[in-house]
Amino acid sequence: MSGNLTLSKIVKQKSISITEATRRIADLGWAPTYFEEILKYPTDYKVEKAPKDPMKQVLRSYFPMQEEKDNRVYGALDAALRGDMFRNVEPRWIEWQKLFLAIIPFPEISAARSMAIQSQIAPGEDLRTGFTMQMIDEFRHSTIQMNLKKWYMENYVDPAGFDITEAAFGKCYATTIGRQFGEGFITGDAVTSTNVYLQVVAETGFTNTLFVAMPSEAARNGDYALPTVFLSVQSDESRHIGNGHSFLMSIVKEPENLDLLERDLRYAFWQNHAIVDAAIGTIIEYGTKDRDKNKESYAELWHRWIYDDYYRTYLLPLEKYGVKIHHDDVEAAWDRIVKKNYVHKVAQFFSVGWPVAFWRIDGMVDEDFEWFEAKYPGWYNEFGQYWENYEKASLPNQPPLLYLDQGYIYPHRCWSCNVPALIREDFCVDEVEGELYTYCSETCRWTHKVAFAAEYNGRATPAMGRFSGRRQWEECYHGWDLADVIKDLGFVRSDGKTVIQQPHLHMEDDKMWKLEHFKGLELRSPLMDLRAMSPEEREKHIAEYRAGFTIKPI
Amino acid sequence: MAQSAQKSGAAGSSTFSGSDSRRYNYFEAAGRRATVYEDVTVDVQPDPRRHLLQGWIMSFADGTPSYSEDATVIKCSDWHVYRAPDQEWERTHFQRQSHIENTIKMVVDNARAAGAPDRFDKNWVSVLENHLGALKHAEFGIGIALTKAQRDGVTQMVNNTMLTNSSYKYRLAQDITLYLGDIGLDIDIDGDAGKKTWLEDEAWQGVRKAVEAIMAATDYIEVYFAVNVVYEALVGELFRSGFIMRAGAAHNDYVTPAVVSAAESDYQRNLANTVSLLSMLNGDAEHGDANKAIMQGWLKTHLPLCTGAAEQLQAVWGIEDNDDLDFGSVFADAKDKFRSILSAIDVNLPEGTSL
Repeated sequence: MSGNLTLSKIVKQKSISITEATRRIADLGWAPTYFEEILKYPTDYKVEKAPKDPMKQVLRSYFPMQEEKDNRVYGALDAALRGDMFRNVEPRWIEWQKLFLAIIPFPEISAARSMAIQSQIAPGEDLRTGFTMQMIDEFRHSTIQMNLKKWYMENYVDPAGFDITEAAFGKCYATTIGRQFGEGFITGDAVTSTNVYLQVVAETGFTNTLFVAMPSEAARNGDYALPTVFLSVQSDESRHIGNGHSFLMSIVKEPENLDLLERDLRYAFWQNHAIVDAAIGTIIEYGTKDRDKNKESYAELWHRWIYDDYYRTYLLPLEKYGVKIHHDDVEAAWDRIVKKNYVHKVAQFFSVGWPVAFWRIDGMVDEDFEWFEAKYPGWYNEFGQYWENYEKASLPNQPPLLYLDQGYIYPHRCWSCNVPALIREDFCVDEVEGELYTYCSETCRWTHKVAFAAEYNGRATPAMGRFSGRRQWEECYHGWDLADVIKDLGFVRSDGKTVIQQPHLHMEDDKMWKLEHFKGLELRSPLMDLRAMSPEEREKHIAEYRAGFTIKPI
Repeated sequence: MAQSAQKSGAAGSSTFSGSDSRRYNYFEAAGRRATVYEDVTVDVQPDPRRHLLQGWIMSFADGTPSYSEDATVIKCSDWHVYRAPDQEWERTHFQRQSHIENTIKMVVDNARAAGAPDRFDKNWVSVLENHLGALKHAEFGIGIALTKAQRDGVTQMVNNTMLTNSSYKYRLAQDITLYLGDIGLDIDIDGDAGKKTWLEDEAWQGVRKAVEAIMAATDYIEVYFAVNVVYEALVGELFRSGFIMRAGAAHNDYVTPAVVSAAESDYQRNLANTVSLLSMLNGDAEHGDANKAIMQGWLKTHLPLCTGAAEQLQAVWGIEDNDDLDFGSVFADAKDKFRSILSAIDVNLPEGTSL
């Protein structure tokens, strides 16, 4: 008798099956007949087939599941404080979080806005719950990341930089790269932005380096909070990947979509590589103090997550539907990372630009040199002297490194991905609608000139977006005094003199750089200077730029 | 080679300029001190008017930037002043939604275990499958309209308040769907009858027309206005609170009112958010009067649709043995509420319009 009165048997209640539940929920929609909806965000794709819902989850289970995930996250943050996490955390690491966490909430919330666009163009109602859950997920990600940053600000030794975070995001020379990423999710062709750029490439491919590789490195630096938050975030991504794949499958069988898919996969893959690898590669490789030679380098992680996992198992199979995949771009991206030292050159650019950053950039020391040389043979020959110089110029006893005679030439900015043209031999220029622009690579030139245009392969593409506005950060301060630039940026501490950013982790007042140390130094826009040159001067300049530079001791 | 200097990352382990700057300092809190909601929401979506040095760097083919103040005809001197009174951010949103889902599950499971659906009046079961079944489509349509609306605002606070509103509407639409499915395992309920009623029953065509008008609106503030000022007061709440929740008990149904009641709590919060936003817009020293005139124009579109919808829906009150339920009195209550909302946002009825 007692066997029939166990708790589980007493409370057991049969519910409608999940298949029937999702069928009925998908039937909530209807085709309006009294008023016609206007497609506010159009696409040049043919979108007629309704995407299927691969997840079959309903909100009744979604909300409690997410609450439970939140409880674990916030419980872990409390535990980290009780365990005195910050006593053992590496300041070098946390400093870079000032940059990362300034950038990432905007792309996240842009992805929520993106669901407004995608849900309107997707025929049928099967995937409606999927879009809804993604919209709420992205709202979750944005605000949970803002809360993590607040938590760092409240508990880390140097809160300056966290305290101005969203203001800094709108102003910094580095965060402009992240804005290109986030705006790409919501602007232009509805399918290009929401499905291809966001879901198929960013979420399916590059969140692995963003939200899986980054947390691993955080844990190696004594930071248990970032993995707690970001692995929870990543657990939502599988739903978004499912949405993206389902939508892609609904459009891929239309022959007239194939050339647009080729265009967009090319643009999205290259730009995700250029932006995400620049930021995350630098933070993982140069923000860490862990130099265990048995751990994977960013290049090795990239090969595992992007090349093997994403390219080989996700992108390549799309060829069976007739989609042209640009294998050469994947190989070129790989070459940029392993042969052309892309990540190291970005780290060099970020660090030489430290006077206009809003976080501290710690210099590299002997243990770092040894690790880099082991993982990237030849690294010391190309970058060793630079970092020796960086260390020597880290205290305010001379002008900042950028203004010392060490051979470094401040780079041109790429009009397309917004990362500077750091692989000098790949630098290129072109004219679009009568104006001269600079690019980091041939693919970024193609992206601006060919992909983001009014027609593609002879067909009109009226829905495609445009690169516009003041895309070059340097242009905003062309000809300004550096001290005035920093003041205008607001990157000054509460005493009104000491700057937030420092090229070291020293906290003593006499080692901190102050506004007075930047007076009389001019900031210039390489593009504006290039445009002002005569054709001959320009040709010479471009040839010299492509020839690169050699760092000499200071 | 020098070593990195700072060994401890703990707050207070060193003192220097800025070492005590432990609050976000780039926005002004609405109160004495910033709330968590403000900290995690304000300025996450930047704006060329605030902090965004380079402006938007992508645009549509016609030159419209990623976000544009022209997405609505309403003007505001400073959109960034708005704070949602319900202060929702991810954690509070999931806590509330989860709490509602768990409560509904407990109520429905226990009622079903006690055999409650078997004791519903037979005619009432027909009301549930047809008319509660139709309501779920209306709620879903409002959810769709709000999802689209949350794309366009120029601040995070405005967009997120529409996002959470849309989340609540989807939840309600699904709650009703699953509830009817679950009790359909105990009693005979046609799960597809509600859709047929929604599409074909004359009583619901006014509601469908009003909802489709909101779904077709392209101005996101118009959508938010039409949903919470007009439709919810005159139609949504009227039916949920003025019919389902009042009539249920008389037909031996204590379950359905509990399922639907969560929506009234949702609406109270969404209404407070709406009134706060629209009051800010109508109180704008420079644009307030023009904004009020625009909203009056919106009333000309949505008010007749919603009052017409309510009057057509009156037929539902009459199909049951609902002697103690007078449509006239609940509709009068709804109109009073509508008038009080208009008064709160300082908008008058368009000339020549009566309720």
